[in-house]
Amino acid sequence: MAERRGPCGIGGFGPAGSTGGARAGSSLATGAEPEARARSFGGPANSRWLRLGAMEELDGEPTVTLIPGVNSSKKQMCFDWGPGEMLVCETSFNKKEKSETVPGCPVIYIIRKDVDVYSQILRKLFNESHGIFVGLQRIEEELTGKSRKAQLVRVSKNYRSVIRACMEEMHQVAIAAKDPACSRQFSSQVSILSAMELIWNLCEILFIEVAPAGPLLLHLLDWVRLHVCEVDNLLADVLGSENPRKHESFWKLVTILVLQGRLDEARQMLSKEADSSPTSAGMCRILGDLMRTMPVLSPGTTQTLTELELKWQHWHEECERHLQDGTFASSPHLESLCKIMLGDEAALLEQKELLNNWYHFLVTRLLYSHPTVKPIDLHFYAQSSLDLFLGGESSPEPLDNILMAAFEFDIHQVIKECSIALSNWWFVAHLTDLLDHCKLLQSHNLYFGSNMREFLLLEYASGLFAHHSLWQLGVDYFDYCPELGRVSLELHIERIPLSTEQKALKVLRICEQRQMTEQVRSICKILAMKAVRNNRLGSALSWSIRAKDAAFATLVSDRFLRDYCERGCFSDLDLIDNLGPAMMLSDRLTFLGKYREFHRLYGEKRFVDAASLLLSLMTSQIAPRSFWMTLLTDALPLLEQKQVIFSAEQTYELMRCLEDLTSGRPVHGEPDAQRLQVGAQSLSTAIEAEKLSKEGGQLLVST
Amino acid sequence: MEEIYAKFVSQKISKTRWRPVPAGSLQTADTFATGSWDNEENRVSLWSIGDFGNLDSDGGFEGDHQLLCDIKHHGDVMDLQTLSVGQQWTAAHYHTSPGSLSCRSAPCTGVVCSNPEIVTVGEDGRINLFRADHKEAVRTIDNADSSTLHAVTFLRTPEILTVNSIGQLKIWDFRQQGNEPSQILSLTGDRVPLHCVDRHPNQQHVVATGGQDGMLSIWDVRQGTMPVSLLKAHEAEMWEVHFHPSNPDHLFTCSEDGSLWHWDASTDAPEKSSLFHEGGRSSIFLFHSISNQANVHQSVISSWLSTDPAKDRIEITSLLPNRTLSVNSLDVLGPCLVCGTDAEAIYVTRQLFS
Repeated sequence: MAERRGPCGIGGFGPAGSTGGARAGSSLATGAEPEARARSFGGPANSRWLRLGAMEELDGEPTVTLIPGVNSSKKQMCFDWGPGEMLVCETSFNKKEKSETVPGCPVIYIIRKDVDVYSQILRKLFNESHGIFVGLQRIEEELTGKSRKAQLVRVSKNYRSVIRACMEEMHQVAIAAKDPACSRQFSSQVSILSAMELIWNLCEILFIEVAPAGPLLLHLLDWVRLHVCEVDNLLADVLGSENPRKHESFWKLVTILVLQGRLDEARQMLSKEADSSPTSAGMCRILGDLMRTMPVLSPGTTQTLTELELKWQHWHEECERHLQDGTFASSPHLESLCKIMLGDEAALLEQKELLNNWYHFLVTRLLYSHPTVKPIDLHFYAQSSLDLFLGGESSPEPLDNILMAAFEFDIHQVIKECSIALSNWWFVAHLTDLLDHCKLLQSHNLYFGSNMREFLLLEYASGLFAHHSLWQLGVDYFDYCPELGRVSLELHIERIPLSTEQKALKVLRICEQRQMTEQVRSICKILAMKAVRNNRLGSALSWSIRAKDAAFATLVSDRFLRDYCERGCFSDLDLIDNLGPAMMLSDRLTFLGKYREFHRLYGEKRFVDAASLLLSLMTSQIAPRSFWMTLLTDALPLLEQKQVIFSAEQTYELMRCLEDLTSGRPVHGEPDAQRLQVGAQSLSTAIEAEKLSKEGGQLLVST
Repeated sequence: MEEIYAKFVSQKISKTRWRPVPAGSLQTADTFATGSWDNEENRVSLWSIGDFGNLDSDGGFEGDHQLLCDIKHHGDVMDLQTLSVGQQWTAAHYHTSPGSLSCRSAPCTGVVCSNPEIVTVGEDGRINLFRADHKEAVRTIDNADSSTLHAVTFLRTPEILTVNSIGQLKIWDFRQQGNEPSQILSLTGDRVPLHCVDRHPNQQHVVATGGQDGMLSIWDVRQGTMPVSLLKAHEAEMWEVHFHPSNPDHLFTCSEDGSLWHWDASTDAPEKSSLFHEGGRSSIFLFHSISNQANVHQSVISSWLSTDPAKDRIEITSLLPNRTLSVNSLDVLGPCLVCGTDAEAIYVTRQLFS
């Protein structure tokens, strides 16, 4: 088993890996520097390109990765792909001067594809979401209708809360970081996580919750409120000041509250204004009343959409009338608020800065002009909001495209754009899996591998397996890939470096649970080999028994027997004496166990049992030929005992064994053979003597 | 039900141990140590569960454990014990290569200490006895075991218990010379590896072990070479077993299958069974006794040695809310329990018996 980090021993691993890892990563990171982007290597986007390059046109230009310290114009480079990493080194190939031997490359660079896997904080995301993922796979298929949907929404919320927790921690670290570059890097991670949560939340509303007209807008409002949250700090700041009304951001705050549809809070603020300025008190009251009477869908009532629309129309007309009557003419602030509440596009666009982004603009616009927007019409408003908001000044960013694709209910486009823009597989793999459980992706099959869910899960899990420590998480992901998961797991699991037995046991358990006999055998064999190399024969034997590896058990048994011949005593008796049925694994092992049993019987002075066991070892052909001489020698003291131990028949068999052994051997030759000859002769005489004495004895009896 | 706090710590936890509280003090445990494994850089860390409740500024809630300090550890942390020691022993466990003098270091799999003595066991089948104030090992038993020794504990000084990967429980007496154990106990035939061992805190002859098949075995080392009872427990390797130090009718086990179990063999059943039903977490139990030790003297019968399944039920409660990756280690002290998992989470509860 080659250790994956094997080549690092040659030179310095790290420079490339770590610098490659220091990239800002995602193009979703708002603060990412252009230089950092240029260095972005791999990521889902690029490996996708590599995989599909030949078949499909590119989704985007692959970015160039510069490896510090490597000058490809001077030296030839060679590289090799791993599942999550790439090895790059300079070759000594030199066209011009063939004679001159340039010393080989001093360094092999490891370039990592999915660098997010190496983030300490993101590890928590991977681990925690793993639990959610496994739970989701176990959601019973029978669950249908509402309870199933509720459960899926809950799973989605759990995923989001994990992202949020991670984001908060990352934020804390970014603040605490002393090194500005470091801090910037963490901040960019925060913005990536924040974008992920934003996208996920929208997908949850549109694809999982499938909110109908009416509730849809309420969900979208919550979505915007959750992600444009600076207002809460501002609110606390203004309310905490001595005179809130005089606070410089007072009107800004009221406007934001109105933009987010938080009309109750806006009304309270207005009442403060009314209390302190009698001139505008009347106007404030009227606007406050408008805010209070704005019809909203309250969940739980039996109000129909048509009723709501009717009421809303009526309220809208009332606002319009106030504006035309010039009720708020003397206060530009109040007038602009009234315009916002009328959904006036120009008035909304004036607040561009407070709206922050086009999707906030979209939701506010819908709130005050199309509160009962149908899901199907959403994309139309979204597109026009994006166009209006950007106003041709700038082009949409990746995040905008993703959100737009979601508003268009184009799930595949969302996943594709996310794969290109994000720096890890975690997001797309988990989101796709969840959407697949919502039965939204079934029609779509790829023309390679399996379906999209499985493809993405496999990519993610392979990334985990490339990691030193996270490989255990990957196992469950492979388990839930019905088509290619098993074979991927088989390929990956064999490549886990086995540093301690404890780790090996964990890997073995994974294989045994899945009946991966081939892998179990190979792991046990590796461990048995290791043990042999360390002169731990007992351990080696246990491993080969566990693997049911007869050949290796034979090899180890031979080592035991050899050691016995050299030392004259057995080692590891605690194991050999307790082999039990495992002894049957190989003939040699059976022999080892039985031969040791012979010694025990002999030691216990149970000579008759010992003798018949000894003989049966030879006659049953269990004992290897090479060992017969030793066995016959062992028979000598038994023959020399005063009492008769071998019966006549047994003695003849003993003789036959001896003859078999001597006839099969060349008479002259190696010293070994000579010794054998000598031994055989002495044995032969001993047996003859025994035979005679027995015959004599028998003769004596018969006379 | 008891509250369990989980914290993800970005490293796989191999061992967790409470810092002992002085005997007789009313103080509850508030500090524990953890060791990580299989990381590029492993660490031994100290955590506090002190009451930060109101002081905590960054949103941490009461009961969440905070990192006090940590230190790099070369290699996986296999076992942890607390003792004040001013030195470290390197190369305590090693393999000798056949035919060469070079030594490769071998993993040390277990350590136990009883001030000032420290005993270590390793994959090399070697047992070392150290003294806190001695540089060299006081006693080394080479080839003490033909297979890997998985765990060690003191029986009564100077006797120790070891368990190995061929299902044997061995008792060693340091007063005896030579490298033979004074007693070998084993399950016949199966040779299922044993991974953990713990001794009853008051009745020193009662020993619990956990095996690769997830079985809990209770042994009476005074008699027989077979366990008194075998209890079907987890679905995979049982990594650790602990008697509650002051309430030994309670036993805790954790396993590779991601579960953490609380075994309650106390005889006062009524309130306990209500707990059992209320939580709805508990699972089946199979009490299966393999040998009826009728000759055990009545007065010393421990609830663990009793073999009448009808009379003494053992209540089992699963303590972790949902199954995760392997729970590698646990420790109990007073009302507190801490465990660590391969899912890189540490779970702590402070109301075990509430």
